[in-house]
Amino acid sequence: MEVGRLPISAALKGKLVSAGYTSLSLLSSLSPSHLARDLNISENEALDILKHAPHDGQVDTSSVHHIINGAQTAWDMLHEEELLTRITTSSVDIDNILGGGISCRDVTEIGGVPGIGKTQLGIQLAVNVQLPIHCGGLGGKAIYIDTEGSFMVERVLQIAEACSNDMSATNTVSQDVHAGKVGMQPRDFLENILYFRVCSYTEQIALINYLDKFISEHRDVKIVIIDSITFHFRQDFDMALRTRLLGGMALKLMKLAKKFCLAVVLLNQVTTKYAEGSFQLTLALGDSWSHACTNRIILYWNGNERYAYIDKSPSLRSASAPYAVTAKGIRNSVSNCKRIKLM
Amino acid sequence: MANQLISEMGLPKSIANVFAARNIRTAKDALSLTEFDLMELVDMGLTEVTSVLVHISERVSPPHQTARSLLQQRIQNEQLAGHLPTGLKGLDEALFGGIPFGVITELVGPAGIGKTQFCLKLSLLASLPTRHGGLDAQVIYIDVESKFSSKRLIEIGAQSFPEIFHMSGMAQEMAGRILVLRPASLAEFTESLQQIKILLLERRVKLLVIDSMAALTSGELEHGASKINPLGWHISFLKSVAELSRIPIVVTNQVKSQSSDEAWRYNFQEPLGVLCAVGTRRQDLEDTSKYDSHLIAALGIHWAHAVTIRLILETISGERFIKVAKSPMSPALAFPFSITSSGISLLNDDGIEVVGQEISTIHCHGHSEIIHSDTLQFHRQ
Repeated sequence: MEVGRLPISAALKGKLVSAGYTSLSLLSSLSPSHLARDLNISENEALDILKHAPHDGQVDTSSVHHIINGAQTAWDMLHEEELLTRITTSSVDIDNILGGGISCRDVTEIGGVPGIGKTQLGIQLAVNVQLPIHCGGLGGKAIYIDTEGSFMVERVLQIAEACSNDMSATNTVSQDVHAGKVGMQPRDFLENILYFRVCSYTEQIALINYLDKFISEHRDVKIVIIDSITFHFRQDFDMALRTRLLGGMALKLMKLAKKFCLAVVLLNQVTTKYAEGSFQLTLALGDSWSHACTNRIILYWNGNERYAYIDKSPSLRSASAPYAVTAKGIRNSVSNCKRIKLM
Repeated sequence: MANQLISEMGLPKSIANVFAARNIRTAKDALSLTEFDLMELVDMGLTEVTSVLVHISERVSPPHQTARSLLQQRIQNEQLAGHLPTGLKGLDEALFGGIPFGVITELVGPAGIGKTQFCLKLSLLASLPTRHGGLDAQVIYIDVESKFSSKRLIEIGAQSFPEIFHMSGMAQEMAGRILVLRPASLAEFTESLQQIKILLLERRVKLLVIDSMAALTSGELEHGASKINPLGWHISFLKSVAELSRIPIVVTNQVKSQSSDEAWRYNFQEPLGVLCAVGTRRQDLEDTSKYDSHLIAALGIHWAHAVTIRLILETISGERFIKVAKSPMSPALAFPFSITSSGISLLNDDGIEVVGQEISTIHCHGHSEIIHSDTLQFHRQ
């Protein structure tokens, strides 16, 4: 029934149906006062219903010739994608396989075993996003949502110090251009990381709902990092409810990414899965969740080196690249020369 | 904040009443439903429901602060810059001061390696007066395996801090600050955790030790691939308590041998499949058989994600090592140590740098050497 799709309350829907208005075309030529009389409701409510009902009454698929509101041609999209900004990971190899870094307007999921460097990468991105554009950053702020309590502010300071040193090192080379605004201080980096501590899944959902408003007020936020998306959803949960809540959250995050042109990075844990007669490691939250993110990067050990692997991406080739976690943060693997494997 | 009442959120009275009438009382109730479910339940339009949700969400969302203010807060409010020194110089340096406040630190290792010794020493350190580098506070020691030895505690104290323990009455006072709990089952453990929460939040107790976490589940985790983790609740509870009270929590974990059907290692190669040919896997398995025994931490990967710092205690060819296996800041270092009458002491403070994955494997040689040498002696006789 077409009226069932209108975003109005159930009681009003009921009234519409019982008064015989089952299809939207019947509503198209009505005046509000007429409808109000028929349904025995106030004129305001009637007006509300009519606002939601499409005006020309023709909602069938035959109207594809018209330009549909909100649609975009692939050509325009291509143009937009070329302008896409990316945030460097500080490891040239990972940047290479990612086409320059973590892309804005996308939701990227990063998962891996404990101790592989997920939080490290999250912190590194929160710092890097603040770099001026010529250094591979966006000159923006970061929102860091900590659900696990693993955010170590001392470590952020360490990474920020390294970052600021690197910047002043490059600045001395190209001194002439940026003489005016020499380097950011480590404290400035910390000032631009907005930290939220989330203690329950309800808070997590609430915060993601609220982010829309918050970012409207803080337009310079260019990355949202959730470390980790999983934590509060791993404690005894009804699976159907969990899938529903996670799905809703993923949609909202994608909307945020598109609306404010920012990068959303979700860190995920791994879990064991029983498949084909043996235990295997896989990212947590199950199969339906794995559809929720646009890009998925898996961090893993290969021998004695840490590798990042693009597990899923609509636009990038599957590839892996080594990286290292150093005192300065995420960097290129030292022993590596040319070891990027393309598959 | 999740259980905040909707009626107290300053929504228009009429809306609040509708929600109450549908038994949607708390923010948790409302946010656990999708917008469309809510529309059906409370009989309102989409715009109204969305605006109510936005309102509730804003009320429930935690406040934000900048990383900078977080840092300043830490520096101002905490003694010893938020770390409990272990008294082991090299380890303290690697950990930037010691066991950090506000997070869970885990000790993993085979039986008899010295986990309990480490815990005893830490308990003493926390109870010492501040002028001796302690926290001058009470300690709660949850002794699941009944291994706590008060005699050994006093011995370690007398050996490590003779100047304090030889003062009359001080030994009694120090030992009097350490409260030992011995829960017999997981249920009892759960109960005592809830009881001590208040004590911890009042900040009279400044260290919580659980020795060991794995023993709690050993009786209950055996039946196959049980879906629900019996410790799920405890993990998040401990994490939040650590953080709210800003105290260090130290937990020990046992090891178990890796069974062949769990032949994955912590390297994420198996599910990727593409990345490594089958050959690599075979090699892995062969490697496993080459070790005297291949061990993994008893509590699974879910738990491993939850701990912020993991210290591995192990033996390699008869020598004991303590390794910083997981830490957000520290480099991968291993320190040789020995156990003396004063507890654990490091043999050198510089540490050995460990490359790659080696840092997270647990070595333990069997008793073959002893047993072997025994038989030799037997032959000589």
